[in-house]
Amino acid sequence: MANLTKTNRRDFLKIAAMAGGGLFIGFNLSSCDSPKMKVLSTAEILSKALGFNSYLSISPEGHIVIYSPNPELGQNIKTSFPMIVAEELDADWKDVRVVQAFLDTENYDRQVTGGSGAMPHSWERLRKAGATARHMLVAAAAAKLEVPANSLTTEKGVIFHKDSGKKLTYGEVATEASLLTAPEEITLKDIKDFKIIGTPVKNVDNQAMFTGKPLFGLDFYREGMLHAMIQRPPFGMKLKSVNDVAAKGVKGIVDVVTFKNNVAVVGNSTWPLIQARKLLKIEYEADGSVESSSDHDRIFQELLDGKEAQVMRKDGNVDLAFKNAAQVIKSEYQCPFLSHTPMEPMNFFADVRADKVELVGPTQTPDRARSETAELLGIPPENISVELTRLGGGFGRRLRADFVVEAVELSKMMKAPVKVTWSREDDMTGGAYRPAVRYRFEAALDEQGNMIGYKLRGAGINAGNSTRQDNFPSGSVDNLLIESVEHKSPITTNPWRAPITNFLAYAEQAFLDEVAFAAKKDPVKFRLELLERAKKSPVGEIKYDVDRMIGVIELAAEKSQWGKNGNLHQGFSVYYSHRSYVAQVADVEINKGNPVLKKIYAVTDCGIVVNPTGADQQVRGGIVDGMGHAMFSNLTFENGVPKQKNFDSYRLIRMKEVPEIEVHFVQNGIDPTGLGEPALPPTGGAIANAIFKATGKRLRSQPFVEQQEFSEINLELRMT
Amino acid sequence: MANFNLQINGKTHTVDVEGDTPLLWVLRDHLGLVGTKYSCGIAQCGACMVHINGEAVTSCMLPVSSIGSDKVTTIEGLSEEGNHPVQEAWNEVDVAQCGYCQAGQIMVAAALLKKNPKPSTEEIENGMNRNICRCGTYHRIREAVALASSKLK
Repeated sequence: MANLTKTNRRDFLKIAAMAGGGLFIGFNLSSCDSPKMKVLSTAEILSKALGFNSYLSISPEGHIVIYSPNPELGQNIKTSFPMIVAEELDADWKDVRVVQAFLDTENYDRQVTGGSGAMPHSWERLRKAGATARHMLVAAAAAKLEVPANSLTTEKGVIFHKDSGKKLTYGEVATEASLLTAPEEITLKDIKDFKIIGTPVKNVDNQAMFTGKPLFGLDFYREGMLHAMIQRPPFGMKLKSVNDVAAKGVKGIVDVVTFKNNVAVVGNSTWPLIQARKLLKIEYEADGSVESSSDHDRIFQELLDGKEAQVMRKDGNVDLAFKNAAQVIKSEYQCPFLSHTPMEPMNFFADVRADKVELVGPTQTPDRARSETAELLGIPPENISVELTRLGGGFGRRLRADFVVEAVELSKMMKAPVKVTWSREDDMTGGAYRPAVRYRFEAALDEQGNMIGYKLRGAGINAGNSTRQDNFPSGSVDNLLIESVEHKSPITTNPWRAPITNFLAYAEQAFLDEVAFAAKKDPVKFRLELLERAKKSPVGEIKYDVDRMIGVIELAAEKSQWGKNGNLHQGFSVYYSHRSYVAQVADVEINKGNPVLKKIYAVTDCGIVVNPTGADQQVRGGIVDGMGHAMFSNLTFENGVPKQKNFDSYRLIRMKEVPEIEVHFVQNGIDPTGLGEPALPPTGGAIANAIFKATGKRLRSQPFVEQQEFSEINLELRMT
Repeated sequence: MANFNLQINGKTHTVDVEGDTPLLWVLRDHLGLVGTKYSCGIAQCGACMVHINGEAVTSCMLPVSSIGSDKVTTIEGLSEEGNHPVQEAWNEVDVAQCGYCQAGQIMVAAALLKKNPKPSTEEIENGMNRNICRCGTYHRIREAVALASSKLK
């Protein structure tokens, strides 16, 4: 049934200046089929298009321009957002041209890529944007045809009057319609009438990406622009002295400048910068604690054994439960620092003038880029424009604006437009990592194998709260204590795809597998028993939907034929994060005496799946990401400097190591929730649990390949 | 500095750079061919793949002075209309997430198929294992190479 909903005037202000030109290349959907056809450029279309609201313009020729306000880094928002607008508009998708909007806080809310939050935030707004424009187009057509609006229907950009057989295209009434006032209330489609949402729509940037068009931040060049690279200090150190004589002598170097413990080489192109940096002679001195990984090992133990910790949640009487326990299980799990390593290293362009600043580049938080620039320069934010390029990955690293303000500082100093480029080594040594964390779990079982007590203490290095105290299994255990304790370090940390849960989920799901084993219970049944308890009489507050969690567990067990194939060793894992639920099963098979990781099943409940092709890859990519980092990646420190500086020593997963993945979604018609992150957290646990089943070895630290247990099991990884 | 005459995408380009400048930076900074990507700079990830006389080669450590009259093809020159079978397959399979590594992946796939038009799955995996995709689109890459292979006449 169609739902009536109030429109929000703020969403539908007409935009005065539109984004156009610059980096944004319109994608011609038909170019592969008819390459000789004359295709209008996006700029040409925009020059005639009439604005309906901040998301939508329509030209008299029927071209539809949909603005995508959020930064695109591979979560496919630049395709899925416009699909939602086009759906309610009843547009023909082939008429749609997508344009990346600039930062525009007057017209858009939350131009952020983070927290898997864009879809739940914008779902209704985008639907209303399309529906309101459709309403106005129909009203204009009704006036033109002199018939009641409710006698008209729409399909693929055409308005039909069934009784007379007359029809008008959106383009034909766009001019009149754009002059009408947006309605106060609007009826949205019944989800069963969706024609675009729920169908696989290809990425709107495919053609540009696959032919090498400039799309990304590093692809941005401006006449007269200077290039810069920066030598940053080790963590916990400050600049003592710089000898830049040799560096300045490199051909193509314009200057070497110092700001805030950074030494920047500035030149006319990139290669001279790389060469000149090698010739810099820089001395640093300690400015606080200078840490190594061996210090962190000691610190973890002190924090886990210490008296001080913040109590995040306490239910019942934990001491009594453990005193009365028939069996106590206790384990520690550890995860290392990780670099985000997006394939496109950090970079940004800034042109600081007396009265205005132009910023261009890849950022997950354009508003933060602008506000930090405004603060640095002491100018009003409205004097600063931010153009969003496509992001060559982000994974949370581009939530920061450190690389933006560097470009601003240098443009101001050099009185010229500057693009700052980070080398891969800069990217890996330049900070803002996933924090390292060690967890101590304890579980108390009664005689029947019921979990009567549960304790978790998370010890993190700059991790903030390293627990999610109201997440499962909280609510299902009578006596529970969750604590978090943090060491403050000069090594900077930052959200990393599925912050905290990217390692907490592994540790917790692997530990629960240990508890189920000790209780002699099937891991799936064990979880379902706990959830039944949480459903019937929840202990304290719970933040997850028990039924949705049970739903993905049961479907994953069904799809993976859980426990039905005697030749398979299966590991189970389920996690709730970013409003979505994902259960995974990993299959390990023994081949000629060696375990082989064959397959991972994933069942996801993220509500309505907007774009099945994009969603399938979000889940696949999340699993590959979760697996790769659980298996291989490790960032260790010596005297404030990471030992791993590039992909020769910091291992990322490659094609041959990836198992088969089977992706399923729960169909429940619930409004869509996040999908950029939730598939990652369960993967490490599913794999560790399957390896235990196959080999009897528990992998309690990441990366797996560096554990003693791993070297004993000869696990094979392969795609086929 | 010295002048180098380079044969790129069927045209001669003259650049005045130091001889040790890697081809990657000549393409990007001096010729505006930005489809070839920088990511690691040490020939580990494959984002900077180009063809030299039809072979897929990383360009980030390849000094411009070593190229001579070799024929360089970049992603911009792989096909006239963006319709190389590999590019079409990449679109059909909808391979990309962030897309940054995909030009390099496409260049490796195109060179692989030129040498071996009907590769086995294992041959595809061995050939494509040179390239890193941080988003994890490996299954789709493999599928797209197989699809492109089926399109070859």
